[in-house]
Amino acid sequence: MTAAQTSTRPQRSGGKELFVAQQLTKTFGRGRRTVDAVKAVDFTVVEGDITTIVGESGSGKSTLARMVLGLLPITSGTLTFEGRDVTHLRGAARRAYWRDVQAVFQDPFAAFNQFFTVRRLLERSLRLLGDARDGRQRMEEALAHVGFAAADVLDRYPHELSGGQRQRVMIARALMMRPKVLVADEATSMLDASLRVNVLNVLTDLRDELDMTILFITHDIGQACYIADRVMVLEHGVLVEQGPAEDVIFRPQQEYTQRLLADVPKLHQLPDPGPAGSAAVAST
Amino acid sequence: MTRLLDARNLRAAYRTQDGRLVRAVDDVSVHVDEGEVLGVAGESGCGKSTLGAILSLNVRSPLQVESGTLDIEGKRQDFGASAKIPRTWRGSVVSLLPQGAMNSISPTMRVRDLCFDVVRAHDRRARRSDALDRVRDRIADLGLPPRVLDAYPHQLSGGMKQRVVTVISTLLNPRLLIADEPTSALDVSSQRALIEMLKEMLEQKIMAGVIFVTHDLPVLRTVSDRIAVMYAGKIVEVADAGDLVDRPRHPYSAALLSSVLVPEPRYRTMRVKGIPGAPPNLLDPPPGCRFHPRCGLAMPQCHTDEPPTDGTELRYSACHWSAQHPGESVPVEAATRDELDGGEPLDRAGEPVALAGDGTGVGR
Repeated sequence: MTAAQTSTRPQRSGGKELFVAQQLTKTFGRGRRTVDAVKAVDFTVVEGDITTIVGESGSGKSTLARMVLGLLPITSGTLTFEGRDVTHLRGAARRAYWRDVQAVFQDPFAAFNQFFTVRRLLERSLRLLGDARDGRQRMEEALAHVGFAAADVLDRYPHELSGGQRQRVMIARALMMRPKVLVADEATSMLDASLRVNVLNVLTDLRDELDMTILFITHDIGQACYIADRVMVLEHGVLVEQGPAEDVIFRPQQEYTQRLLADVPKLHQLPDPGPAGSAAVAST
Repeated sequence: MTRLLDARNLRAAYRTQDGRLVRAVDDVSVHVDEGEVLGVAGESGCGKSTLGAILSLNVRSPLQVESGTLDIEGKRQDFGASAKIPRTWRGSVVSLLPQGAMNSISPTMRVRDLCFDVVRAHDRRARRSDALDRVRDRIADLGLPPRVLDAYPHQLSGGMKQRVVTVISTLLNPRLLIADEPTSALDVSSQRALIEMLKEMLEQKIMAGVIFVTHDLPVLRTVSDRIAVMYAGKIVEVADAGDLVDRPRHPYSAALLSSVLVPEPRYRTMRVKGIPGAPPNLLDPPPGCRFHPRCGLAMPQCHTDEPPTDGTELRYSACHWSAQHPGESVPVEAATRDELDGGEPLDRAGEPVALAGDGTGVGR
């Protein structure tokens, strides 16, 4: 991209490698009916980056995220976090890991107990900390990060919040642990475009202000283009392309990435009037 | 071009438990011509799905239609307290593809059994073999694999399920299909396949018109001929799809457009602000123009006076600003209020934030 563009978003290289995955594989089923959902994937996630995994439904994006979160046993391969092996965590070690790695999932309507207020929901999450003396402060701080005043939402029930607000409460819930990594699995795909932008802005602000590392999973290259520092493209469990977002989105090497880009509905039928890079988009 | 559907002055409200009325559709008139796809856009809670339910005659308590008329190919249906809607219209004259339809196929039934159920519900004497022949032909015409008929829903992918329910909802050759958020749960490749199938169905004259409800403007731009933008129960702008996207005349349309993200280089560097705030609670909508609390172009009269309608039936905008600036499109960057810090310009790359390449209006 042009110099103007790189200067406005500082290059985030030089951060240390937080996750290193080698030959990460997940196989479901046994015998002849096995499905390789994720096949020998190698990647690294750098601290302070927003790394985006894109792919169609069924490409293994969520499986990969669930393995990173320690929610699915890893069939083979290794995963390290800050140099420690976290491939097969159990019990207290896994709970400690979850203080560092938190998640927000797709459906903000299903993630709430509808009989609990936001306060009660957030208080339950504090149990993971064991010691929750500064819980109230953490709660207010986390809600402030996602743009809420604590008094406005704490006594509300889920049905009194919009989808975007619920998703921001879910992000606040994750932030209460003061995690190092936030995994957002299709966290914006059930939201309206206008609310989606707000949630994405919350994520970029977390990166810029708290130096949060974010693993963002989406099928929408438009969203990846907006927030990603690095992009990984998955096709049927195989990592077909990865690299800096500018390269993968505007100069895709793989046919699959090119097809994904071509399938994105265009808002304007004319080529983009922008000065740089538009030819690369138009030619895909 | 013949008029397929003409809905006039529809008003409908949900009755809350304490007896108050939430008017989700307030004096809405729309029409669809034969062979046309009308897109309906807007945020959640603006009455899009309610409008879809009324037009597809699927009105159930607590929703009540208070007034309005519906003409479909010359047949008139009056809504009102005592209106009786012929049951046979549903499915054969108008058909609804409801939100989340792909997850409503019974998990214990094969797709072919569901198809037969649908046909039998309208014709008691339909024979199973005839019904299945019809489905098989339809599936072949649309280029779907025949195996889907023998499959259980869990054996189909999300995109395929959605295409299958679309085929089932149009088995009876309805004149008008109302599709409510059909693409929202699908990835881009499945979205494209569904849109191509809908266009193919229009081409084959399986149905004569489609009303496509979604919040996703790029999808609407691809699929529809005209777009109607709804806000807080009212239609605020109607225009040819390309015109609406390139030259919005209502600040709300411009605000919606400004929150769209597409993979273009300028989105790497600009901060999209979305639309601050949320649609109003329809129990107590704001006076004057309903968008004025969120509008960047609001003037004093917007707070008190109902906006005038500027333009023709085919291209209009209900807005004080557009009445004062006839023929001009709304500058996209001015359409929403800037609730962020005022110092930093939103577009850090220095490119115009306006989405259209031309005619971005005042001050330019």
